[in-house]
Amino acid sequence: MQNVTEKKEFTPNIVAFCCNWCSYAGADLAGSSRLSYPANVKIIRVPCSCRVNPSFILKAYQQGADGVILCGCHPGDCHYVTGNYYTRRRMSLLFSFLNYMGIEKERTRVEWVSAAEGARFSAVMNDFVQKITELGENKRLTDLRVKEGE
Amino acid sequence: MRDVELKMKERASELLKSGEVARVIGWKKGEFYHDPQPASFESVEELNAFVYNGFCGANLSKYLIQMSKKEGKTAIFLKPCDSYSFNQLVKEHRIVRENIHVIAIECQGKLDIEKIKAKGFDFVTEVEENGDEIAVASLYGNGAVQKDEVLLGKCETCKGKVHQVKDEEIILHEMQAGKKNRFEEVEKLEAMTEDERFAFWREQLQKCIRCNACRNVCPACSCLKCVFDNPASGIAAKANDDKFEEQLFHIIRAFHVSGRCTDCGECSRVCPQNIPLHLLNRKFIKDIDGLYGEYQAGETAEGKTPLTSYTEGDAEPNDVVNGEVR
Ligand code: SF4
Ligand code: SF4
Ligand code: SF4
Repeated sequence: MQNVTEKKEFTPNIVAFCCNWCSYAGADLAGSSRLSYPANVKIIRVPCSCRVNPSFILKAYQQGADGVILCGCHPGDCHYVTGNYYTRRRMSLLFSFLNYMGIEKERTRVEWVSAAEGARFSAVMNDFVQKITELGENKRLTDLRVKEGE
Repeated sequence: MRDVELKMKERASELLKSGEVARVIGWKKGEFYHDPQPASFESVEELNAFVYNGFCGANLSKYLIQMSKKEGKTAIFLKPCDSYSFNQLVKEHRIVRENIHVIAIECQGKLDIEKIKAKGFDFVTEVEENGDEIAVASLYGNGAVQKDEVLLGKCETCKGKVHQVKDEEIILHEMQAGKKNRFEEVEKLEAMTEDERFAFWREQLQKCIRCNACRNVCPACSCLKCVFDNPASGIAAKANDDKFEEQLFHIIRAFHVSGRCTDCGECSRVCPQNIPLHLLNRKFIKDIDGLYGEYQAGETAEGKTPLTSYTEGDAEPNDVVNGEVR
């Protein structure tokens, strides 16, 4: 007989916002170099890390993400010169604020990954997925309606 | 306070009579003694209803967004805290400075009618302010209360009694800054565990009825099109049965005003559910102070805000814990 209470293994939903010029290219390089990163990482390509409005991140959580990571060019290397400097301030404040509201600090992360860093991209994603798997499901920032009927 | 009110009325009358201004923005009698309403006076006759008393807590500066674009000059009465909002509105090009005549007025701290009611005075008919003690007259009897105990939350932590902008002033007595430290409660929350904080905010935010009053009253929320009016946003619903939309609303609202919020306290004052919205805004203010140097929005009408500037050595988001670099 099948045990219906048996726990399914938890594979987190991860959303990764990647800037077109560095991190997305880094992901591409990881792929073409046959470096693996978990399939549950959904990449969303954005023109610059600073295009990521904080409500994009919240929306991702609302839609069922368990972790959100934002990747852009290293500070100083932004394709638009200064975009990621603004990202850095916004995200510092947003992450601190989310934590103030009781959201686990580790659920949200920023990493700088250049176009040449395919190996780093793969390592960052593997590490992030592992951290979120340890943290478990996102329950605090989720829209109950999204998960209904699952 | 009576003398201040008379002086203000007299000055408004002069300005209107001489034609120097086309209108004066102040407060008029409301239905009850304790609810004077913001109003625009365009003639000397209309000034019969003019009031200025301990219940004039409303920040009038936001009305200028429309009023300063009308024909003719607009005079406005601003308390010290309102003057910060004024500067911020000028800085964001929302009001037309040349069309405005700012009259800086005295403020001895505004009163919270709920706190007065809690002291046993229902149907307040008049309040006489005499320094630290105030005399309350009500339908059910008269008495005295300590002013400190019945101040509006925002006045307990008043930033100071210096107007940041003025064209003239009506200040007849000395003013005092608030006695409480405005970050005290934020620090208490920071000291809690994540779970405790989450429980605290869930408790608070699920009271929200999404009346949007906190946004509508806020001088920093002056966007012509607000995200929360977009039905496709997933966060526009006015009444919800699910806690998430509430959280999202509050996070986004607070983020949008970060670096621009002057801490005028209007959002918390108007919230019908008594949600401590200032504890959200002040977290951003505190983090900005700690990470990027002390900054008070509205101190001047020029310069960049913390979120529209940067330095190369700024902290990395992953390293910031409780507003400090780990
Ligand atoms: S004023 Fe209060 S109840 Fe109304 S939307 Fe704002 S937080 Fe919610
Ligand atoms: S968020 Fe609240 S305290 Fe800040 S400016 Fe707006 S109304 Fe004033
Ligand atoms: S909540 Fe945001 S979009 Fe809406 S008025 Fe305020 S600042 Fe503008």
